Amino acid sequence: MLQILRSDKTIRWTLVGFFVLAIAGNFMPAWVQNNLMFGLARGLAVLGLMVLWRTGLISFGHALYFGIGAYAVALVDKHLGVSDIFLRLAFAMGAAAMVGFALGFILRKYRSIFFAMLSLAFSMVLYGILVKVEALGSTDGFSVSATSILGWTPESKYTLFCAIIVACAAAACMVQYYLKTGLGALTTAIRDNELRVEYLGYSVSKAIHFKYIISAGLAGASGAMMAMALGQVDPDSMVNWTVSGELVFITVMAGPGSVIAPFIGGVVFEFLRTYAFELAPHAWQLIVGGTLLAIIFFLPMGLWSLLERIWVRKGSSS
Amino acid sequence: MQLLITILLDGLTYASYLFIVSVGLTIVFGVLKILNVAHGAFYAWGAYAAAYAITYAADMEYSDWIGFVCIFLAAALVGLVLGMIIERVILRHMYAQDEVLIALATFGIFLILEDVILLVFGVNPYFAYQPMALLGRVPMGGISRDVYSFTLMALACVVAFSCWWGLTKTKWGKLISVVIYDREISQAMGINVSMVYLIVFVIGAGLGALGGAYVAPTLSVAPGFGIDVIVLSFAVVVIGGMGSIPGALIGALMVGILRAVAVHKMPELELFVVFAVMATVLIIRPEGLFAPAKARTI
Repeated sequence: MLQILRSDKTIRWTLVGFFVLAIAGNFMPAWVQNNLMFGLARGLAVLGLMVLWRTGLISFGHALYFGIGAYAVALVDKHLGVSDIFLRLAFAMGAAAMVGFALGFILRKYRSIFFAMLSLAFSMVLYGILVKVEALGSTDGFSVSATSILGWTPESKYTLFCAIIVACAAAACMVQYYLKTGLGALTTAIRDNELRVEYLGYSVSKAIHFKYIISAGLAGASGAMMAMALGQVDPDSMVNWTVSGELVFITVMAGPGSVIAPFIGGVVFEFLRTYAFELAPHAWQLIVGGTLLAIIFFLPMGLWSLLERIWVRKGSSS
Repeated sequence: MQLLITILLDGLTYASYLFIVSVGLTIVFGVLKILNVAHGAFYAWGAYAAAYAITYAADMEYSDWIGFVCIFLAAALVGLVLGMIIERVILRHMYAQDEVLIALATFGIFLILEDVILLVFGVNPYFAYQPMALLGRVPMGGISRDVYSFTLMALACVVAFSCWWGLTKTKWGKLISVVIYDREISQAMGINVSMVYLIVFVIGAGLGALGGAYVAPTLSVAPGFGIDVIVLSFAVVVIGGMGSIPGALIGALMVGILRAVAVHKMPELELFVVFAVMATVLIIRPEGLFAPAKARTI
């Protein structure tokens, strides 16, 4: 493992990038810090979706795990008074991964539009429950109390900002490592030809199931971070189908090129939305939707491919 | 007994509404193989256009019957204009792409159309109650019910019949079936497939708009009108089988009645029940209850 860590360029640059961002965050105005937090938190879920997308699967229902993560934080806060970030994350990721494990047995048999639709159905089942059940906060949701770290409750949001960065860096490195392992290397192989993967002696459904659990856990962590950063959970902005749509949108916008891409995508999306809202309060969806169409048409491999192109050109000219 | 009648009538009303909206979605999926998220936007556009026209007619003190003309005109106009623009300008260039990616592109179109509504019609809600008030109420099963909801059921029957008749008895209907069966061969035989696609998409968009336009008088037409409809009509279409018109009918009936039962017996389950059925159907019969059997690629 250390060998891979030492030799892998992506991991090195991810760590450096996040470290710089963490330090720079200290000098940023609060709204930039907030946007970065939301963007990076969303990026965690997008990272999971990217792993699925590399196998050729797009889930229109990851708001399910996003919502489970967020609501897990809110519920352990409300009923058990848990405010520690590690415990909250553990509950959120555990709950999401467990549901992902259970539903994975069914979903791993599905492909393309059926996979998307069944995930959508599952997420809307949770939405249907959350909206109507009083004990789960109904349409208003809950507020989430301030987060503490090992008994210490920080005053500024900067600590949470750093915590999110650490989580993102860890997730990016772990996924990068996973994609290098044998099971992870099956990702693209499955998309290209499932039958051949089976002939080579691997179980396609097991590989997909495992990736599904990873993506569920990451979406759970993402929802938990979002709940802590916002201090509020509610069904319409956490579990409704539009949330899944946004996550898939960011995935496609970022592109499948690299484990850093989801975080760049998440941050770009957050700023795009903020600026669009600022510029045209009644037309921000128009700008966001237009961007989505433009990316699908002109940048099918996402923003990352744009960066890559610039990178390559620089490399060849110097 | 009285509760039973109430549930049944509520269920049928809701099912009629769902059917009109979903049948457009299922036709488009059947022919173009597009899961059209923008369908919810057509629905909202239909509702806004109809509500605008009805309130305008009422302000001008025309006869209230004009309202019904407004509804159908609005639906046809929205279907023609939006359907044509979207198919010709955007979707036309996407048919070669992956199904899910096209669905995502229609999600982008949905977002755009949602906001264009606000730019065109403003952010204030519309109340176009005139056609509903005109028809009045009638006592039935011990409580008084809107006559308007019965006309909705009649409209659903008309739509169902026209779809069946149009697909099986007309030349265009036969062409459409041929294109569904094999796109390439039908193109080779000289059928103008891109024309068929355009016509089907316009009809689908028009039906979505008709659903919105016809329920506009019963609701306040406000921003975000189309968001919930999309997933509901997805549920209907998936339950019945994507691309199948009788499937959409059965799906709409199931969802409508189940929802009515839930609303009257256990209101907490109203939404849960719809999507639980959708998930169950997908698990047991992924192609939907009424879709023809197909060879699956793994």
